[in-house]
Amino acid sequence: MALVFLPALARMAVCGGTHGNELSGVYVVQEMERQWKEKGECAWPIPVTTVLSNPRAVKECRRYIEKDMNRCFNRATLSSPITDSSPYEVRRAHELNNLLGPKGSTDAIDLICDLHNTTANMGLTLIHYTTSDWVTLHICKYLQTKLTKVPVRVLVLDVPISDAYSLESVSKHGFSIEVGPQPHGVVRADIYTIMKEAVDLTIDWIHKFSSGMVFEGGDVEAFRFIKSVDYPRDPETRTLTAAIHPQLQDRDFCLLKRGDPLFLSFSGETVKYEEEEPLHPFFINEAAYYEKEIAFHLGKKMMLTIPSVQVQKD
Amino acid sequence: MSSRTNISCLQEAARVAIFGGTHGNEMSGITLVNMWIQNSAEIERNGLLIKPFISNPRAVEKCSRYIATDLNRAFTPENLSAPDVEGLPYEVQRAKEINRMFGPKGSADAYDVIFDLHNTTSNMGSTLILESSTDLFNLQMVHYIKKAMAPHTCSVLLNEHPQLKYSTTRSVAKHPVGLEVGPQPQGVLRSNVFESMRTILKHALDFIEIFNSGVTFPPCTVDVFRVQERMDYPRDTNGNITAMVHPHLQDCDWEPLNRGDPMFLTFDGRTVLYEGANTVYPTFINEAAYYEKQQAFMTTGREILAANAIRKACK
Repeated sequence: MALVFLPALARMAVCGGTHGNELSGVYVVQEMERQWKEKGECAWPIPVTTVLSNPRAVKECRRYIEKDMNRCFNRATLSSPITDSSPYEVRRAHELNNLLGPKGSTDAIDLICDLHNTTANMGLTLIHYTTSDWVTLHICKYLQTKLTKVPVRVLVLDVPISDAYSLESVSKHGFSIEVGPQPHGVVRADIYTIMKEAVDLTIDWIHKFSSGMVFEGGDVEAFRFIKSVDYPRDPETRTLTAAIHPQLQDRDFCLLKRGDPLFLSFSGETVKYEEEEPLHPFFINEAAYYEKEIAFHLGKKMMLTIPSVQVQKD
Repeated sequence: MSSRTNISCLQEAARVAIFGGTHGNEMSGITLVNMWIQNSAEIERNGLLIKPFISNPRAVEKCSRYIATDLNRAFTPENLSAPDVEGLPYEVQRAKEINRMFGPKGSADAYDVIFDLHNTTSNMGSTLILESSTDLFNLQMVHYIKKAMAPHTCSVLLNEHPQLKYSTTRSVAKHPVGLEVGPQPQGVLRSNVFESMRTILKHALDFIEIFNSGVTFPPCTVDVFRVQERMDYPRDTNGNITAMVHPHLQDCDWEPLNRGDPMFLTFDGRTVLYEGANTVYPTFINEAAYYEKQQAFMTTGREILAANAIRKACK
């Protein structure tokens, strides 16, 4: 198989608390900061910067103070000047872009690992905005091989980088680590442990890659975002008239076929999936998405072929 | 009536309220009450006044537990007797209003029954919460509900602890009953949790209607879990938690916890064991809202309460 040489990855950032009530990431970053205080540069085999992305939201244990910070990193928001009326999260996004970016420039940090939780039963999902980043896809493949106690899936948004609005798009090879199910405002030991292991394995991969190891290519199964589906709502009041059907609840990444139940209305009717094309639902019943009018997303499964890679020697 | 039969004659339960949204992000109760405000057919019963009511509308609108202070801790004598001045926290104002509408607490004019609908992130299943071990009406109702729900389990939590008991929204009524169903994340509506709560209420209202019709309910016993102690997370000198509920304890509400069993897991991987002398039955394990109340879980002890036969008092 062809071998592709890629530039070294010098610096990595681990970000937690981008949403202040998604607690695994908050505590993973806190624990990493403690390790840094104790061991200094020996804490990890490569330089790692830890960041608490939204400290005010973390303090109040809320998703955000004024605006969802993980929607503030598109080009338009980052290039608009800060004014007195700029929301807190937009100011903070500019700060993080200066610290870890600037986005799109050669000075940007090599990798951002942004830590999130979801109330959906998504196991460990690695989210990236493009299908053509070999570094990120190799890390995903590595995590899939090494983590066996939880399903590890890859989700791709397929968005041009300037439109990509989430924090990890600031770095050259960023991705989000999303672990669920966990209620917001709660830290579960099992979920924390999965996330910590995923971060440790990511650091491990970068270290091995930087040391010259060849990572063999192959196929990586991924899901590409297609569209979102909202809850059935009352046309006047916009309040919900149904909940996710018990047969769909907690079945993230299953295959939805025409006729499968989607919602159970409060008056007992089942709303079914009517589309011809079978697709895979995910982010099923995520708490934060009610206000975004999303009951779940739908995605298409695909195979991405990645080449073998090795670090470029100078 | 035989001289050996001890039947307690109790007042008819004429006025019943169903509160949703005491915490604005606990979605089952909010959804049920809004539904019943629109169309009350499902909750109507002969001869009964039943009022569905959103207790904390501002918190519901924000989908947050509370605005200024927890409404479900606000019904203290001090708050309820506080003068109507500007600057009173929203929930204290609301508590006074609710006390006027459904109380006054402790008086003969108070509503007979209030059901207060809650969700928890803990794996408590369907739980009925009582505040008194001697409220015969409530004991008989809970017994009826448990039997009707079987084989689905309904646990009964009794909080009569002098220090840990708190001034709940429902305490305004003569017979307060808390309904707590989980696990459900805050801000999320799960269909199974919603339907469980709906069914519990159906049976509760059936009981009241049957009681009001003059039927005698024979003596019964009720298995309860009595609140003993609040256990906090290990914390550092800044008050930050240094450990999480241990995976072996997580989701094990109502199961025995014995000395030497794992209780917490620190962020750097060490296990903290339960050191108590007696077996306890933990509940409210890892409830999101209790981190700020310094509670990782509550311990309870198992007890069997006995209730006399009851019948509606003749006028």
